[in-house]
Amino acid sequence: MITQLRPAVVLAVGALLLFGLAYPLAGTGVSQLLFPHQADGSLTKNGSTLVGQPWSGPQWFHGRSDPDNPLRLDGVSGASGGSNLGPRSRQLVAAVRAEAAQLRRIGAQPTADLVTSSGSGIDPDITPQDAFAQVPMVSKSTGIPELQLRRLIRTLTVGPELGFLGPSYVDVLQLNSALARLR
Amino acid sequence: MHFALTVLLLAALLALSWRYLGSYLEAVYSGRVHWLSWVERVVYRLLGVDPGHEQRWREYAVSLVVFSGVSLLLTYGLLRLQGQLPLNPQHLPAVPPLLGWNTAVSFLTNTNWQNYAGETTMSYLSQMAALTVQQFISAAVGIAVAISLVRGLSRTGASTIGNFWVDTVRGCLYVLLPIAFVAGAVYVAQGSVQTLAGPVLIHDVLNGATQLIPRGPVGFMESIKQLGTNGGGFFNANGADPLENPTQLTNLLSVVLLLIIPVALTYTFGKMVGSRRQGLALLAAMGLIFAVWTGFTGYSESQPNPAVAAAGVVAQPQGNMEGKEVRFGVLDSTLYDVASTQTSTGSVDSTPDSYTPMGGFGLLTGMMLGEITPGGDGSGLYTLLLFAIVAVFIGGLMVGRTPEYLGKKIQSREVKLASLGVLVMPVAVLVITGIATALPAGRAGAFNSGPHGFTEILYALTSQANNNGSAFAGLNGNTAFYNLAGGIDMLVGRFGVMFPVLALAGALASKQTVPVSRGTFRTDNATFVVLLLGVILIVGGLTFFPALSLGPLLEQLSHGRFF
Repeated sequence: MITQLRPAVVLAVGALLLFGLAYPLAGTGVSQLLFPHQADGSLTKNGSTLVGQPWSGPQWFHGRSDPDNPLRLDGVSGASGGSNLGPRSRQLVAAVRAEAAQLRRIGAQPTADLVTSSGSGIDPDITPQDAFAQVPMVSKSTGIPELQLRRLIRTLTVGPELGFLGPSYVDVLQLNSALARLR
Repeated sequence: MHFALTVLLLAALLALSWRYLGSYLEAVYSGRVHWLSWVERVVYRLLGVDPGHEQRWREYAVSLVVFSGVSLLLTYGLLRLQGQLPLNPQHLPAVPPLLGWNTAVSFLTNTNWQNYAGETTMSYLSQMAALTVQQFISAAVGIAVAISLVRGLSRTGASTIGNFWVDTVRGCLYVLLPIAFVAGAVYVAQGSVQTLAGPVLIHDVLNGATQLIPRGPVGFMESIKQLGTNGGGFFNANGADPLENPTQLTNLLSVVLLLIIPVALTYTFGKMVGSRRQGLALLAAMGLIFAVWTGFTGYSESQPNPAVAAAGVVAQPQGNMEGKEVRFGVLDSTLYDVASTQTSTGSVDSTPDSYTPMGGFGLLTGMMLGEITPGGDGSGLYTLLLFAIVAVFIGGLMVGRTPEYLGKKIQSREVKLASLGVLVMPVAVLVITGIATALPAGRAGAFNSGPHGFTEILYALTSQANNNGSAFAGLNGNTAFYNLAGGIDMLVGRFGVMFPVLALAGALASKQTVPVSRGTFRTDNATFVVLLLGVILIVGGLTFFPALSLGPLLEQLSHGRFF
């Protein structure tokens, strides 16, 4: 037992120095050198394109229904995460019903992605179909022709990556930033 | 269909890693890889270890225990002292004692069960020096134990099974570190955060929202989290968080990373015992279960979410999107979660708690089979070898002949040890789940009502005993009861299997090899694979069926009812 103590302590401390400090610090150095924009959180002046934001009113495209969007409490950081509501949860039925009614009230067609919440609670994306479902609403409210909005959505649609990985999607912040420039 | 191409690409990458990484691993653990020998030499001198010294199984186990004890104390100490230590830009206070215990055990045992939200609990130093470190070490220890068992099978009349210190150091240096570093850079290039600069406050003039965006050294933790089949993410949402797993490419990279070592180890095993077909037979058993479970879970999740449909949104073109990210979609999300639950990784890119009843059943049962399809780094191979020994024993009973595996006679001691190793996990899961449902403190943890609430409890204790770490995360696990019970569950699930494995390695190493004869039951053909699958499914199925029928099965059958 005692003879094993020295290698155990030395290895535990050595691993701490190598994997706990040298490895992440070297990784941070490389990242900041080669990919500073990504390493800092893909920030634009209106927020990170990787972090969903709350959008209300008919003049903006809406993202996923992330009611507990942890970062939307002004200035207070919370934890990311999904609703964790099960597939037979009454609470989920009520939440979806409320979200759908809210979307209908402002003139958007509630799609499955728009009324459900994501796994992260900060999903930055919607599918092009989700965006198209909001085109009449946004067009009516902003006066921008539907055709132009549809073209905008198509230009900003990315994926599938490598031509086949996963679905296509639109980043809501990028879409709304482009929309703001059109006005 | 796009998804078929994704699966093909994954299969091709795994085939390559099976062949080449598997071969490389064999060379690493046989001591034929030297490109970091100058580092190794310094390390052994500091440790005071003679790399040429071989250990008997008891000495190997003692080294493992002492090292684990020291690591546990160090991790716990760092978590408790984080308030006084540097690299804590959010000025987070010490992690409370019981949560610190659960978390330290969790990372030590390669479980990475998280009763905390990383971005609001852990300082950057804790994430790096306490948690990331264990993500390297626990994976290397798992592989070391697997290799020592394979040595036991391949040696004849030997008294030793290798050197714990050498195996652990070599696994870290030659395998985990280089792959994790390269993959970490890819994560960051795709958008994972990697900075020490602390959270950033941004005001959006378009919608008036102000967000405090959490950041940290994420990308390089992400790579070892997957490669080491650990699963403990930097942020609470784990692989669903876009700052951790930003694109479809990183999503696929994650699936690849968490599968490559467990898959490659079957090649390593074959090469070490002198027959690649033996490794291929194990891989076939793993692959068949994995493929069926991926298909079943993917199909289940492609069905509409009943609650969303009941709320009037009937058109759900992709299937159940509650708890899933748009950039991954349903099928890629389920592939990730299935791979993660069946490799004892436990990171998730979609919320298991919101899966359909049968989708959740797929994830839960993937763990209940014992994390062998292909299982965690090392732990998958050694647990599957226990099942293989039980399988040849049953085969031997059927034909009335002393069973052999790879020329080793499987006798009373070996069968006892293998059975012990196989039964530890189900006993831990069922006993502790029973206690949890009997006590108010256990029942209080459930978030959803009805059968789903029971599934949350069962899932938590299954996940921890299997050192997986994924969760039906609605469960409130940060309570005295779950922190304590979960810690015990994880320790039993890890060391309760490792000790029988090491004892078995010692017992097998000392045996002579029996020459192959016409009466030898072959373990490298389809008959054996079917027998092995039968043993795995019957042990898993019969043990857990009653519990499953109270959870996901009951929920699936409750058509039209909401809780």
